[in-house]
Amino acid sequence: MADFRDLFTRLGGEIRVINLGLESFAETLEAMGVPVLHVQWSPPAGGDPERARLLSLLDDEDGS
Amino acid sequence: MLVDCVPAREALGLADRTVLHSGPPLAWERACPPVQTAILCAIRYEGWAADDAGAQRLVESGTVKLAPCHHAGAAGPMTGIVTASMPVFVVENRPRGNRAFATINEGLGKVLRFGANDESVVTRLRWLAREAGPLLGVALRVAGGLDLRALVAQALRMGDELHQRNVAASSLLARALMPHLARTAPDTGAVAQLAEFIGGNDQFFLNVAMAAAKAATDPCLDVAGATMVATMARNGTDFGIRVAGLGGRWFTAPVNTPQGLYFPPYSAADANPDVGDSAIVETVGLGGFAMAASPAVVGFVGAGGLRDAIRITEEMGEITLGEHPHFRIPTLDDRGTPVGIDVRKVVETGITPLINTGIAGRKPGTGQIGAGVVRAPLACFEQALEALARARGLA
Repeated sequence: MADFRDLFTRLGGEIRVINLGLESFAETLEAMGVPVLHVQWSPPAGGDPERARLLSLLDDEDGS
Repeated sequence: MLVDCVPAREALGLADRTVLHSGPPLAWERACPPVQTAILCAIRYEGWAADDAGAQRLVESGTVKLAPCHHAGAAGPMTGIVTASMPVFVVENRPRGNRAFATINEGLGKVLRFGANDESVVTRLRWLAREAGPLLGVALRVAGGLDLRALVAQALRMGDELHQRNVAASSLLARALMPHLARTAPDTGAVAQLAEFIGGNDQFFLNVAMAAAKAATDPCLDVAGATMVATMARNGTDFGIRVAGLGGRWFTAPVNTPQGLYFPPYSAADANPDVGDSAIVETVGLGGFAMAASPAVVGFVGAGGLRDAIRITEEMGEITLGEHPHFRIPTLDDRGTPVGIDVRKVVETGITPLINTGIAGRKPGTGQIGAGVVRAPLACFEQALEALARARGLA
C-alpha cells in the first residue's frame, strides 16, 4: 500500500480515494492518513442472479 | 383515535377457550417457553383450569384454541396473550372505517407479556379487568376519543421513539385522560390507584401505539400489487411479515435473538429469541426507524449514541418508500421518519428492518431481563419478493 502512495507522489499528485463496496479497504487507507470517501455498495440482492432478475422485472412494471 | 377500552369478548368477539398470541400462527409444540408459560397462566387467570398441568391438557386436546392476535384485529406485545375477559383499548381509523385493539400494558418486570406467571401476575390481570379497564373505558367515552396521531407526533418531539421509550407519550395520554377519569370514577381511591399505575409505567402507551399502528396498516392489506410491508410480527419461534399486495399471507423465517443490555444479573445467555407484535410500530416509521428522535433510547438499547441513532434512521430510509408527513424528527431538521418498508428495497440492498425491543428471559417465569435491538430476517422478504413476482406472472 505504501508503494501505491509513492506512485501517486512521483506522478506529482496527492492520492485521494473513493472506495466502493468493501469498507475495510477504506478503513486501511484512513489509518494511513489517506483522504477517503467510502460508498456503501453491494451487488443487488447480494449477487443472487434470479432475485436480481425479479427485482428488475418488478421495477420495470412499476416504472421505477 | 383512541375511543374506548372494553373486554376483548366484546371488542373482538373473542370466544371463551381461545388464547391469542403474538406473531404468525404457532402450534403449541413449537412455542418457546415464555409463550407456553404465558398461555397456561392466561388459562388459569380465566378459570378454565386450576393449574398449569390442567391448562396444558386443554391446549393439547384442542379444547383451548390458539390463534394470532393479528387474525383477530389485535396486536399484542411480547407473548401477546389476549383472552376474552381482558380489557382492550379500541383504536379507530376513521378515514378507513376500521378498528384495532391492544391490551392494557401491565408495567415492567414480572408480567404476563414477558412470560411471568406467578400469583402477582394473575392478581394484576384481575385488577386490570375489574377496575382499570372499566374506568379507562368510561373516561375515553366521555372524552369523545383522543387524537393519537397528534399525540404521537408530539411525543416524538419530546424524545420518544414509541417502542422502547414511551415516557412522553404515556405522560401526554395521562394528562389528557385524568380530568375525565376524575369526573367519572366512582371514588377518589380508584382514581388514585389507576393514576399511580399509569404514572409508574413508562411503557403504558406502547400498547396504544401498537393498536394505532395496526389500525393504520390493516387497510393496506387490500392494495393489490403493492410491495409495501403491512405487518411485521414475531412469536418467539418465527418472524413473519405480511405484504400489502399479498393479502393476509405470512412469510416466515426463524426469528433472531436481540442484542442489547441486560438488567443485573442477566446476560445474553439468558435471552429468549425475539417475540411480540410490537414491531408493528416500526412498520409505521416509529421504534428503530425513529431512533434519531430518541437519543435517550439508543443508549438504553445498547446501540450507541446520537450519531448511531441518526445513522440507523438514515439506514432505514434506504428501504422505505418515503418520509412520514406527520411524524417528524427534530434532530434531522424536522424530516419525517422513514416509513413504508418496500420488500424490493430490502432484498435489493440486503438492509433489514431494525427493531427496538424488550428482551424476555428464556427461562419460564423470569419476565423482562433487558432491552435491545434485533434485525428482521432477510428470508421473509426474499420469499415475499418471489411471491409478488409470481402474483404478477413474472416468475
